[in-house]
Amino acid sequence: MLVQSSERLELHAPEDVVIARQTVRRGAVALGFNLVDQTKIVTASSELARNTVIYGGGGAMVMEVVKNGYRAGLRLTFEDQGPGIANIDLALKDGYTTGGGLGLGLGGAKRLSDEFNISSEPGQGTRVTILRWKGL
Amino acid sequence: MSATRLPELLANNYDDLLASWIAIQQSQGRRVSPAEEKAHANESREFLALLRQAVENGNVKDVNRAEWDGVRDFLGNLSASRAKGGYTPSQTATFVFSLKQAIFEVLRKEVTEPRELADEIWKATTLLDQLGLYTTEAYQKSRDEILVRQQHELLELSTPVVRLWDNILALPLIGTLDSSRTQVVMQNLLEAIVSTRSDIAIIDITGVPAVDTLVAQHLLKTVAAARLMGADCIISGIRPQIAQTIIHLGVDLSEVTTKATLADAFSIALRRAGYAVAPLAKKSSD
Amino acid sequence: MERIPILKMGEFLLVTIQVDMHDRLAMTLQNDLTESIVKHQSHGVLIDISALEMVDSFIGRMLSNIANMARLLDAETVVVGMQPSVAITLVELGLPMTGIRTALDVEKGMANLRESVLLSTKNHVGPIV
Repeated sequence: MLVQSSERLELHAPEDVVIARQTVRRGAVALGFNLVDQTKIVTASSELARNTVIYGGGGAMVMEVVKNGYRAGLRLTFEDQGPGIANIDLALKDGYTTGGGLGLGLGGAKRLSDEFNISSEPGQGTRVTILRWKGL
Repeated sequence: MSATRLPELLANNYDDLLASWIAIQQSQGRRVSPAEEKAHANESREFLALLRQAVENGNVKDVNRAEWDGVRDFLGNLSASRAKGGYTPSQTATFVFSLKQAIFEVLRKEVTEPRELADEIWKATTLLDQLGLYTTEAYQKSRDEILVRQQHELLELSTPVVRLWDNILALPLIGTLDSSRTQVVMQNLLEAIVSTRSDIAIIDITGVPAVDTLVAQHLLKTVAAARLMGADCIISGIRPQIAQTIIHLGVDLSEVTTKATLADAFSIALRRAGYAVAPLAKKSSD
Repeated sequence: MERIPILKMGEFLLVTIQVDMHDRLAMTLQNDLTESIVKHQSHGVLIDISALEMVDSFIGRMLSNIANMARLLDAETVVVGMQPSVAITLVELGLPMTGIRTALDVEKGMANLRESVLLSTKNHVGPIV
Protein backbone atom coordinates (compact mmCIF):
# COMPACT_ATOMS: atom_id res chain seq x y z
CA MET A 1 0.00 0.00 0.00
CA LEU A 2 1.38 3.36 -1.01
CA VAL A 3 0.87 6.40 1.16
CA GLN A 4 0.34 9.41 -1.07
CA SER A 5 -0.13 12.07 1.56
CA SER A 6 -0.24 12.41 5.29
CA GLU A 7 -1.69 15.01 7.62
CA ARG A 8 -1.52 15.08 11.41
CA LEU A 9 -3.96 16.73 13.78
CA GLU A 10 -3.49 17.06 17.52
CA LEU A 11 -6.61 16.15 19.52
CA HIS A 12 -6.75 17.59 23.00
CA ALA A 13 -9.81 19.76 23.48
CA PRO A 14 -13.44 18.85 22.69
CA GLU A 15 -13.36 21.52 19.97
CA ASP A 16 -10.67 19.48 18.24
CA VAL A 17 -13.30 16.84 17.53
CA VAL A 18 -15.03 19.37 15.29
CA ILE A 19 -11.76 20.22 13.57
CA ALA A 20 -11.14 16.52 13.03
CA ARG A 21 -14.54 16.14 11.35
CA GLN A 22 -13.87 19.09 9.08
CA THR A 23 -10.41 17.82 8.20
CA VAL A 24 -11.75 14.40 7.29
CA ARG A 25 -14.59 15.94 5.28
CA ARG A 26 -12.05 17.95 3.33
CA GLY A 27 -9.97 14.84 2.71
CA ALA A 28 -12.94 12.76 1.61
CA VAL A 29 -14.18 15.47 -0.75
CA ALA A 30 -10.71 15.84 -2.26
CA LEU A 31 -10.59 12.11 -2.91
CA GLY A 32 -13.95 12.26 -4.67
CA PHE A 33 -16.01 10.22 -2.23
CA ASN A 34 -19.78 10.26 -2.82
CA LEU A 35 -21.86 12.04 -0.21
CA VAL A 36 -22.93 8.97 1.74
CA ASP A 37 -19.37 7.65 1.96
CA GLN A 38 -18.14 11.08 3.04
CA THR A 39 -20.72 11.18 5.79
CA LYS A 40 -19.83 7.70 6.95
CA ILE A 41 -16.14 8.36 7.38
CA VAL A 42 -16.71 11.79 8.90
CA THR A 43 -19.10 10.28 11.43
CA ALA A 44 -16.69 7.46 12.23
CA SER A 45 -13.90 9.99 12.73
CA SER A 46 -16.08 11.99 15.08
CA GLU A 47 -16.65 8.93 17.27
CA LEU A 48 -12.97 8.02 17.35
CA ALA A 49 -11.73 11.56 17.82
CA ARG A 50 -14.05 11.95 20.77
CA ASN A 51 -12.77 8.71 22.30
CA THR A 52 -9.22 9.96 21.92
CA VAL A 53 -9.97 13.23 23.67
CA ILE A 54 -12.29 12.00 26.38
CA TYR A 55 -11.09 8.49 27.19
CA GLY A 56 -7.57 8.67 25.88
CA GLY A 57 -6.61 11.88 27.60
CA GLY A 58 -5.75 13.46 24.29
CA GLY A 59 -3.73 12.29 21.34
CA ALA A 60 -3.62 12.72 17.61
CA MET A 61 -5.25 11.78 14.34
CA VAL A 62 -3.27 11.05 11.21
CA MET A 63 -5.11 11.24 7.91
CA GLU A 64 -3.51 9.52 4.94
CA VAL A 65 -4.44 9.08 1.31
CA VAL A 66 -3.44 5.55 0.40
CA LYS A 67 -3.27 3.70 -2.86
CA ASN A 68 -3.45 -0.02 -3.42
CA GLY A 69 -2.59 -0.60 -7.02
CA TYR A 70 -5.66 0.71 -8.69
CA ARG A 71 -7.83 2.05 -5.94
CA ALA A 72 -7.48 4.91 -3.52
CA GLY A 73 -8.66 5.25 0.03
CA LEU A 74 -8.65 7.46 3.09
CA ARG A 75 -6.98 6.04 6.15
CA LEU A 76 -7.35 7.54 9.60
CA THR A 77 -5.28 6.58 12.62
CA PHE A 78 -6.22 7.71 16.11
CA GLU A 79 -3.59 7.38 18.77
CA ASP A 80 -3.48 8.16 22.45
CA GLN A 81 -1.29 7.33 25.46
CA GLY A 82 -4.28 6.88 27.71
CA PRO A 83 -5.35 4.05 30.00
CA GLY A 84 -5.90 1.60 27.15
CA ILE A 85 -8.70 -0.91 26.76
CA ALA A 86 -8.64 -4.09 28.80
CA ASN A 87 -11.23 -6.07 26.87
CA ILE A 88 -11.42 -5.05 23.23
CA ASP A 89 -14.19 -7.48 22.29
CA LEU A 90 -16.38 -6.11 25.03
CA ALA A 91 -15.62 -2.54 24.00
CA LEU A 92 -16.68 -3.29 20.45
CA LYS A 93 -20.10 -4.46 21.59
CA ASP A 94 -22.78 -1.85 21.33
CA GLY A 95 -24.09 -0.44 24.53
CA TYR A 96 -20.88 -1.10 26.39
CA THR A 97 -19.31 1.90 28.04
CA THR A 98 -17.38 2.82 31.11
CA GLY A 99 -18.11 6.48 30.65
CA GLY A 100 -21.85 6.79 30.93
CA GLY A 101 -22.44 7.21 27.24
CA LEU A 102 -24.11 4.75 24.90
CA GLY A 103 -20.78 3.26 24.04
CA LEU A 104 -21.35 3.13 20.29
CA GLY A 105 -18.05 4.72 19.44
CA LEU A 106 -15.85 1.78 18.51
CA GLY A 107 -18.47 -0.59 17.18
CA GLY A 108 -20.10 2.19 15.21
CA ALA A 109 -16.83 3.35 13.69
CA LYS A 110 -16.10 -0.22 12.66
CA ARG A 111 -19.47 -0.61 10.97
CA LEU A 112 -18.98 2.61 9.06
CA SER A 113 -15.57 1.66 7.69
CA ASP A 114 -14.27 -0.79 5.11
CA GLU A 115 -11.33 -1.74 7.30
CA PHE A 116 -10.87 -1.41 11.04
CA ASN A 117 -7.89 -2.15 13.24
CA ILE A 118 -7.39 -1.65 16.92
CA SER A 119 -4.50 -2.26 19.23
CA SER A 120 -4.66 -1.41 22.87
CA GLU A 121 -3.26 -2.63 26.16
CA PRO A 122 -4.13 -1.41 29.63
CA GLY A 123 -1.60 1.25 30.52
CA GLN A 124 -0.21 1.41 27.01
CA GLY A 125 -2.58 3.62 25.15
CA THR A 126 -4.79 2.90 22.21
CA ARG A 127 -4.42 3.03 18.48
CA VAL A 128 -7.37 2.69 16.14
CA THR A 129 -7.08 2.73 12.36
CA ILE A 130 -9.99 2.90 9.96
CA LEU A 131 -9.99 2.95 6.21
CA ARG A 132 -12.58 3.69 3.57
CA TRP A 133 -11.91 2.95 -0.09
CA LYS A 134 -13.21 5.30 -2.68
CA GLY A 135 -16.32 3.66 -4.03
CA LEU A 136 -18.38 4.06 -7.10
CA MET B 1 19.60 -13.60 1.78
CA SER B 2 22.09 -14.90 -0.74
CA ALA B 3 23.60 -12.35 -3.05
CA THR B 4 22.49 -12.06 -6.62
CA ARG B 5 24.25 -10.58 -9.57
CA LEU B 6 20.97 -9.30 -10.98
CA PRO B 7 21.49 -5.66 -9.93
CA GLU B 8 24.88 -5.51 -11.59
CA LEU B 9 23.70 -7.36 -14.69
CA LEU B 10 20.70 -5.11 -15.07
CA ALA B 11 22.86 -2.01 -14.77
CA ASN B 12 25.47 -3.18 -17.29
CA ASN B 13 23.08 -4.50 -19.91
CA TYR B 14 20.22 -2.08 -19.39
CA ASP B 15 19.74 -0.73 -22.90
CA ASP B 16 20.16 -4.06 -24.64
CA LEU B 17 17.78 -5.71 -22.17
CA LEU B 18 15.14 -3.07 -22.72
CA ALA B 19 15.39 -3.28 -26.50
CA SER B 20 15.28 -7.05 -26.55
CA TRP B 21 12.33 -7.19 -24.14
CA ILE B 22 10.30 -4.74 -26.22
CA ALA B 23 11.06 -6.79 -29.31
CA ILE B 24 9.92 -10.02 -27.63
CA GLN B 25 6.66 -8.39 -26.52
CA GLN B 26 5.97 -7.15 -30.00
CA SER B 27 6.53 -10.56 -31.51
CA GLN B 28 4.47 -12.41 -28.89
CA GLY B 29 1.60 -10.11 -28.23
CA ARG B 30 -1.52 -9.38 -30.17
CA ARG B 31 -1.48 -7.01 -33.10
CA VAL B 32 -1.56 -3.45 -31.90
CA SER B 33 -1.68 -0.01 -33.43
CA PRO B 34 1.53 2.05 -33.63
CA ALA B 35 0.18 4.25 -30.86
CA GLU B 36 -0.32 1.25 -28.59
CA GLU B 37 3.10 -0.03 -29.54
CA LYS B 38 4.62 3.24 -28.44
CA ALA B 39 2.65 3.13 -25.18
CA HIS B 40 3.86 -0.41 -24.50
CA ALA B 41 7.44 0.63 -25.12
CA ASN B 42 7.07 3.49 -22.63
CA GLU B 43 5.53 1.17 -20.10
CA SER B 44 8.39 -1.25 -20.52
CA ARG B 45 10.91 1.54 -20.08
CA GLU B 46 9.21 2.70 -16.91
CA PHE B 47 8.91 -0.78 -15.48
CA LEU B 48 12.50 -1.70 -16.14
CA ALA B 49 13.66 1.47 -14.41
CA LEU B 50 11.53 0.63 -11.38
CA LEU B 51 12.76 -2.96 -11.42
CA ARG B 52 16.37 -1.83 -11.52
CA GLN B 53 15.79 0.43 -8.51
CA ALA B 54 14.05 -2.31 -6.59
CA VAL B 55 16.68 -5.02 -7.08
CA GLU B 56 19.44 -2.68 -6.00
CA ASN B 57 18.54 -3.53 -2.44
CA GLY B 58 19.46 -7.13 -3.10
CA ASN B 59 16.12 -8.61 -2.15
CA VAL B 60 14.77 -10.57 -5.07
CA LYS B 61 12.90 -13.10 -2.98
CA ASP B 62 10.04 -11.23 -1.42
CA VAL B 63 8.17 -8.73 -3.58
CA ASN B 64 5.89 -7.69 -0.74
CA ARG B 65 8.63 -5.78 1.00
CA ALA B 66 8.70 -2.00 0.97
CA GLU B 67 11.41 -1.65 -1.68
CA TRP B 68 9.02 -3.30 -4.16
CA ASP B 69 6.10 -0.94 -3.45
CA GLY B 70 6.80 1.18 -6.51
CA VAL B 71 6.95 -1.85 -8.80
CA ARG B 72 3.72 -3.31 -7.42
CA ASP B 73 1.98 0.01 -7.68
CA PHE B 74 3.03 0.27 -11.33
CA LEU B 75 1.85 -3.27 -12.11
CA GLY B 76 -1.44 -2.59 -10.35
CA ASN B 77 -2.07 0.45 -12.53
CA LEU B 78 -0.97 -1.41 -15.64
CA SER B 79 -3.36 -4.28 -14.93
CA ALA B 80 -6.20 -1.89 -14.30
CA SER B 81 -5.66 -0.06 -17.57
CA ARG B 82 -5.24 -3.30 -19.51
CA ALA B 83 -8.42 -4.68 -17.95
CA LYS B 84 -10.26 -1.56 -19.02
CA GLY B 85 -8.68 -1.75 -22.44
CA GLY B 86 -10.06 -5.21 -23.05
CA TYR B 87 -6.80 -7.14 -22.85
CA THR B 88 -7.07 -10.72 -21.59
CA PRO B 89 -5.38 -11.74 -18.34
CA SER B 90 -2.74 -13.66 -20.31
CA GLN B 91 -1.96 -10.72 -22.51
CA THR B 92 -1.50 -8.64 -19.42
CA ALA B 93 0.71 -11.11 -17.58
CA THR B 94 2.82 -11.57 -20.70
CA PHE B 95 4.19 -8.12 -20.04
CA VAL B 96 6.11 -9.56 -17.09
CA PHE B 97 6.70 -13.10 -18.28
CA SER B 98 8.22 -12.00 -21.56
CA LEU B 99 10.89 -10.21 -19.56
CA LYS B 100 12.11 -13.62 -18.43
CA GLN B 101 13.29 -14.51 -21.87
CA ALA B 102 15.18 -11.26 -22.22
CA ILE B 103 16.82 -11.66 -18.84
CA PHE B 104 17.83 -15.26 -19.51
CA GLU B 105 19.59 -14.11 -22.65
CA VAL B 106 21.58 -11.60 -20.60
CA LEU B 107 22.34 -14.19 -17.93
CA ARG B 108 23.56 -16.72 -20.47
CA LYS B 109 25.84 -14.14 -21.94
CA GLU B 110 27.23 -12.77 -18.67
CA VAL B 111 27.26 -15.70 -16.26
CA THR B 112 29.61 -18.36 -17.48
CA GLU B 113 29.94 -20.68 -14.52
CA PRO B 114 27.17 -23.32 -14.90
CA ARG B 115 26.16 -23.61 -11.26
CA GLU B 116 26.10 -19.86 -10.84
CA LEU B 117 24.07 -19.54 -14.03
CA ALA B 118 21.52 -22.06 -12.80
CA ASP B 119 21.29 -20.22 -9.50
CA GLU B 120 20.78 -16.82 -11.13
CA ILE B 121 18.19 -18.21 -13.55
CA TRP B 122 16.31 -19.68 -10.61
CA LYS B 123 16.33 -16.38 -8.71
CA ALA B 124 15.21 -14.44 -11.78
CA THR B 125 12.45 -16.96 -12.46
CA THR B 126 11.01 -16.86 -8.96
CA LEU B 127 11.14 -13.08 -8.93
CA LEU B 128 9.36 -12.64 -12.24
CA ASP B 129 6.84 -15.36 -11.42
CA GLN B 130 5.84 -13.49 -8.28
CA LEU B 131 5.46 -10.26 -10.23
CA GLY B 132 3.54 -11.99 -12.99
CA LEU B 133 1.14 -13.52 -10.50
CA TYR B 134 0.69 -10.17 -8.82
CA THR B 135 -0.21 -8.69 -12.18
CA THR B 136 -2.81 -11.37 -12.78
CA GLU B 137 -4.39 -10.84 -9.37
CA ALA B 138 -4.49 -7.09 -9.79
CA TYR B 139 -6.08 -7.59 -13.19
CA GLN B 140 -8.71 -9.84 -11.65
CA LYS B 141 -9.55 -7.38 -8.90
CA SER B 142 -9.73 -4.57 -11.38
CA ARG B 143 -12.10 -6.52 -13.62
CA ASP B 144 -14.26 -7.33 -10.61
CA GLU B 145 -14.46 -3.65 -9.79
CA ILE B 146 -15.58 -2.83 -13.32
CA LEU B 147 -18.26 -5.50 -13.10
CA VAL B 148 -19.43 -4.22 -9.74
CA ARG B 149 -19.66 -0.72 -11.09
CA GLN B 150 -21.69 -1.90 -14.07
CA GLN B 151 -23.95 -3.85 -11.75
CA HIS B 152 -24.40 -0.79 -9.64
CA GLU B 153 -25.48 1.25 -12.63
CA LEU B 154 -27.94 -1.45 -13.57
CA LEU B 155 -29.27 -1.49 -10.04
CA GLU B 156 -29.87 2.23 -10.10
CA LEU B 157 -32.03 1.72 -13.16
CA SER B 158 -33.88 -1.24 -11.70
CA THR B 159 -35.01 0.29 -8.42
CA PRO B 160 -37.49 2.93 -9.47
CA VAL B 161 -39.57 4.68 -6.89
CA VAL B 162 -43.15 5.24 -7.98
CA ARG B 163 -45.46 7.96 -6.76
CA LEU B 164 -48.84 6.31 -6.23
CA TRP B 165 -50.63 9.33 -4.84
CA ASP B 166 -49.98 12.53 -2.95
CA ASN B 167 -47.79 11.58 -0.02
CA ILE B 168 -47.64 7.91 -1.00
CA LEU B 169 -44.66 6.25 -2.65
CA ALA B 170 -44.21 2.68 -3.80
CA LEU B 171 -40.93 0.85 -4.13
CA PRO B 172 -41.36 -2.47 -5.96
CA LEU B 173 -38.25 -4.54 -5.34
CA ILE B 174 -37.30 -7.10 -7.93
CA GLY B 175 -34.49 -9.51 -7.27
CA THR B 176 -32.38 -10.05 -4.24
CA LEU B 177 -31.39 -7.40 -1.73
CA ASP B 178 -27.67 -7.42 -0.96
CA SER B 179 -25.85 -4.71 0.94
CA SER B 180 -24.73 -2.70 -2.07
CA ARG B 181 -28.19 -2.82 -3.59
CA THR B 182 -29.66 -1.75 -0.27
CA GLN B 183 -27.51 1.36 -0.35
CA VAL B 184 -28.88 2.26 -3.76
CA VAL B 185 -32.44 1.46 -2.68
CA MET B 186 -32.14 3.60 0.44
CA GLN B 187 -30.69 6.49 -1.51
CA ASN B 188 -33.37 6.38 -4.19
CA LEU B 189 -36.16 6.04 -1.65
CA LEU B 190 -34.95 8.83 0.61
CA GLU B 191 -34.34 11.19 -2.29
CA ALA B 192 -37.86 10.45 -3.54
CA ILE B 193 -39.27 11.13 -0.08
CA VAL B 194 -37.58 14.53 -0.13
CA SER B 195 -38.57 15.47 -3.66
CA THR B 196 -42.20 14.30 -3.43
CA ARG B 197 -42.60 15.22 0.25
CA SER B 198 -44.21 11.87 0.95
CA ASP B 199 -45.10 10.50 4.37
CA ILE B 200 -45.72 6.90 3.38
CA ALA B 201 -43.62 4.44 1.43
CA ILE B 202 -44.83 1.02 0.39
CA ILE B 203 -42.01 -1.44 -0.10
CA ASP B 204 -43.28 -4.34 -2.15
CA ILE B 205 -41.22 -7.50 -1.96
CA THR B 206 -43.32 -9.70 -4.23
CA GLY B 207 -40.36 -9.82 -6.60
CA VAL B 208 -37.82 -10.75 -3.96
CA PRO B 209 -37.26 -14.50 -4.32
CA ALA B 210 -35.91 -15.30 -0.88
CA VAL B 211 -35.77 -13.56 2.43
CA ASP B 212 -32.98 -14.62 4.76
CA THR B 213 -31.64 -12.85 7.83
CA LEU B 214 -29.47 -10.51 5.77
CA VAL B 215 -32.27 -9.50 3.42
CA ALA B 216 -34.55 -8.95 6.40
CA GLN B 217 -31.87 -6.77 8.03
CA HIS B 218 -31.51 -4.75 4.86
CA LEU B 219 -35.25 -4.25 4.70
CA LEU B 220 -35.35 -3.12 8.32
CA LYS B 221 -32.49 -0.70 7.70
CA THR B 222 -34.39 0.80 4.78
CA VAL B 223 -37.50 1.18 6.92
CA ALA B 224 -35.46 2.78 9.72
CA ALA B 225 -33.82 5.24 7.34
CA ALA B 226 -37.18 6.28 5.87
CA ARG B 227 -38.56 6.76 9.35
CA LEU B 228 -35.70 9.09 10.26
CA MET B 229 -36.88 11.24 7.38
CA GLY B 230 -40.40 11.27 8.75
CA ALA B 231 -41.90 8.65 6.43
CA ASP B 232 -43.58 5.47 7.55
CA CYS B 233 -43.11 2.28 5.61
CA ILE B 234 -45.50 -0.51 4.81
CA ILE B 235 -44.04 -3.77 3.56
CA SER B 236 -46.26 -5.62 1.14
CA GLY B 237 -45.95 -8.75 -0.94
CA ILE B 238 -45.29 -11.07 1.96
CA ARG B 239 -45.94 -14.51 0.58
CA PRO B 240 -46.86 -17.35 2.95
CA GLN B 241 -43.39 -18.94 2.64
CA ILE B 242 -41.73 -15.63 3.39
CA ALA B 243 -43.98 -15.10 6.39
CA GLN B 244 -42.88 -18.49 7.70
CA THR B 245 -39.22 -17.77 7.07
CA ILE B 246 -39.44 -14.46 8.87
CA ILE B 247 -41.01 -16.03 11.94
CA HIS B 248 -38.48 -18.86 11.95
CA LEU B 249 -35.62 -16.41 11.69
CA GLY B 250 -36.98 -14.52 14.65
CA VAL B 251 -36.88 -11.23 12.77
CA ASP B 252 -38.79 -8.58 14.64
CA LEU B 253 -41.19 -6.86 12.28
CA SER B 254 -43.51 -5.70 15.04
CA GLU B 255 -42.68 -2.06 14.41
CA VAL B 256 -43.55 -2.31 10.74
CA THR B 257 -46.93 -2.62 9.11
CA THR B 258 -47.00 -5.53 6.73
CA LYS B 259 -49.59 -6.55 4.17
CA ALA B 260 -49.91 -9.47 1.80
CA THR B 261 -50.59 -7.43 -1.31
CA LEU B 262 -49.67 -4.04 -2.70
CA ALA B 263 -53.38 -3.31 -3.07
CA ASP B 264 -54.00 -3.83 0.63
CA ALA B 265 -51.02 -1.68 1.45
CA PHE B 266 -52.22 1.08 -0.84
CA SER B 267 -55.64 0.98 0.78
CA ILE B 268 -54.15 1.44 4.24
CA ALA B 269 -51.84 4.13 2.99
CA LEU B 270 -54.70 6.11 1.53
CA ARG B 271 -56.60 5.93 4.78
CA ARG B 272 -53.54 7.05 6.76
CA ALA B 273 -52.97 9.90 4.38
CA GLY B 274 -56.56 10.97 4.96
CA TYR B 275 -58.14 9.88 1.72
CA ALA B 276 -61.12 7.71 1.04
CA VAL B 277 -62.04 6.23 -2.31
CA ALA B 278 -65.66 6.56 -3.31
CA PRO B 279 -67.46 5.67 -6.54
CA LEU B 280 -68.48 8.51 -8.81
CA ALA B 281 -72.13 9.50 -8.39
CA LYS B 282 -74.26 7.38 -10.74
CA LYS B 283 -76.13 9.18 -13.49
CA SER B 284 -79.81 9.02 -12.94
CA SER B 285 -81.10 5.99 -14.79
CA ASP B 286 -82.57 6.52 -18.18
CA MET C 1 -20.44 31.93 25.27
CA GLU C 2 -21.99 30.78 22.03
CA ARG C 3 -25.44 29.35 22.19
CA ILE C 4 -27.89 27.99 19.69
CA PRO C 5 -30.91 30.32 19.57
CA ILE C 6 -34.32 29.01 20.58
CA LEU C 7 -37.30 30.70 18.96
CA LYS C 8 -40.75 30.79 20.40
CA MET C 9 -43.41 30.08 17.79
CA GLY C 10 -46.79 30.24 19.46
CA GLU C 11 -46.98 27.35 21.87
CA PHE C 12 -44.00 25.63 20.28
CA LEU C 13 -40.28 26.16 20.39
CA LEU C 14 -38.15 26.07 17.27
CA VAL C 15 -34.45 25.29 17.29
CA THR C 16 -32.44 25.47 14.08
CA ILE C 17 -29.03 23.87 14.36
CA GLN C 18 -26.78 25.39 11.77
CA VAL C 19 -23.31 24.89 13.15
CA ASP C 20 -21.04 21.92 13.49
CA MET C 21 -21.64 21.38 17.21
CA HIS C 22 -18.94 20.45 19.64
CA ASP C 23 -20.04 18.50 22.68
CA ARG C 24 -20.24 21.46 25.07
CA LEU C 25 -22.49 23.38 22.72
CA ALA C 26 -24.77 20.35 22.48
CA MET C 27 -25.01 20.08 26.27
CA THR C 28 -25.74 23.80 26.53
CA LEU C 29 -28.56 23.38 24.03
CA GLN C 30 -30.00 20.53 26.04
CA ASN C 31 -30.08 22.66 29.18
CA ASP C 32 -31.33 25.79 27.45
CA LEU C 33 -34.18 23.89 25.82
CA THR C 34 -35.33 22.28 29.04
CA GLU C 35 -35.37 25.67 30.73
CA SER C 36 -37.23 27.24 27.82
CA ILE C 37 -39.91 24.57 27.81
CA VAL C 38 -40.62 25.27 31.47
CA LYS C 39 -40.37 29.03 31.08
CA HIS C 40 -42.76 29.23 28.14
CA GLN C 41 -44.87 26.22 29.11
CA SER C 42 -44.45 24.94 25.59
CA HIS C 43 -46.14 21.80 24.43
CA GLY C 44 -43.91 21.13 21.48
CA VAL C 45 -40.32 21.41 20.36
CA LEU C 46 -39.20 21.41 16.75
CA ILE C 47 -35.54 20.71 16.12
CA ASP C 48 -34.47 21.54 12.58
CA ILE C 49 -31.34 19.62 11.63
CA SER C 50 -31.55 20.21 7.88
CA ALA C 51 -28.19 21.98 7.98
CA LEU C 52 -26.43 19.16 9.81
CA GLU C 53 -24.20 17.15 7.52
CA MET C 54 -23.39 14.66 10.21
CA VAL C 55 -25.05 13.23 13.27
CA ASP C 56 -22.85 11.03 15.44
CA SER C 57 -23.74 9.04 18.56
CA PHE C 58 -23.23 12.03 20.84
CA ILE C 59 -25.58 14.28 18.90
CA GLY C 60 -28.00 11.40 18.49
CA ARG C 61 -27.99 10.88 22.22
CA MET C 62 -28.52 14.59 22.75
CA LEU C 63 -31.61 14.49 20.55
CA SER C 64 -32.95 11.48 22.46
CA ASN C 65 -32.27 13.19 25.78
CA ILE C 66 -34.05 16.31 24.66
CA ALA C 67 -37.07 14.29 23.53
CA ASN C 68 -37.22 12.34 26.78
CA MET C 69 -36.77 15.37 29.02
CA ALA C 70 -39.33 17.34 27.03
CA ARG C 71 -41.82 14.53 27.35
CA LEU C 72 -41.43 14.60 31.12
CA LEU C 73 -42.33 18.26 30.88
CA ASP C 74 -45.39 17.44 28.79
CA ALA C 75 -43.90 18.60 25.52
CA GLU C 76 -43.47 16.56 22.34
CA THR C 77 -40.34 16.82 20.26
CA VAL C 78 -40.09 16.44 16.51
CA VAL C 79 -36.76 16.32 14.72
CA VAL C 80 -37.06 17.56 11.16
CA GLY C 81 -35.04 17.83 8.02
CA MET C 82 -32.58 14.99 8.39
CA GLN C 83 -30.48 14.74 5.24
CA PRO C 84 -30.67 11.40 3.39
CA SER C 85 -26.95 10.67 3.72
CA VAL C 86 -27.17 11.37 7.45
CA ALA C 87 -30.15 9.02 7.79
CA ILE C 88 -28.35 6.25 5.91
CA THR C 89 -25.24 6.72 8.04
CA LEU C 90 -27.19 6.76 11.31
CA VAL C 91 -28.88 3.51 10.41
CA GLU C 92 -25.52 1.95 9.54
CA LEU C 93 -24.05 3.32 12.78
CA GLY C 94 -26.73 1.39 14.58
CA LEU C 95 -28.07 4.22 16.71
CA PRO C 96 -31.60 3.15 17.66
CA MET C 97 -33.10 6.67 17.91
CA THR C 98 -36.39 5.23 19.06
CA GLY C 99 -38.79 7.50 20.84
CA ILE C 100 -37.77 10.41 18.63
CA ARG C 101 -40.45 11.70 16.32
CA THR C 102 -39.33 12.80 12.93
CA ALA C 103 -40.78 14.75 10.05
CA LEU C 104 -39.53 15.78 6.66
CA ASP C 105 -39.44 19.52 7.24
CA VAL C 106 -40.59 22.33 9.54
CA GLU C 107 -44.01 22.54 7.91
CA LYS C 108 -44.77 18.86 8.37
CA GLY C 109 -43.20 18.95 11.81
CA MET C 110 -45.53 21.74 12.88
CA ALA C 111 -48.54 19.86 11.54
CA ASN C 112 -47.38 16.82 13.48
CA LEU C 113 -47.06 18.82 16.70
CA ARG C 114 -50.39 20.56 16.26
CA GLU C 115 -52.08 17.22 15.76
CA SER C 116 -50.57 15.71 18.87
CA VAL C 117 -51.41 18.77 20.98
CA LEU C 118 -54.98 18.56 19.70
CA LEU C 119 -55.14 14.91 20.64
CA SER C 120 -53.79 15.49 24.10
CA THR C 121 -56.16 18.40 24.73
CA LYS C 122 -59.01 16.15 23.73
CA ASN C 123 -57.84 13.70 26.34
CA HIS C 124 -57.65 16.40 28.93
CA VAL C 125 -61.23 17.53 28.57
CA GLY C 126 -62.81 17.04 31.95
CA PRO C 127 -66.36 16.17 32.86
CA ILE C 128 -69.00 18.75 32.08
CA VAL C 129 -69.98 20.42 35.28
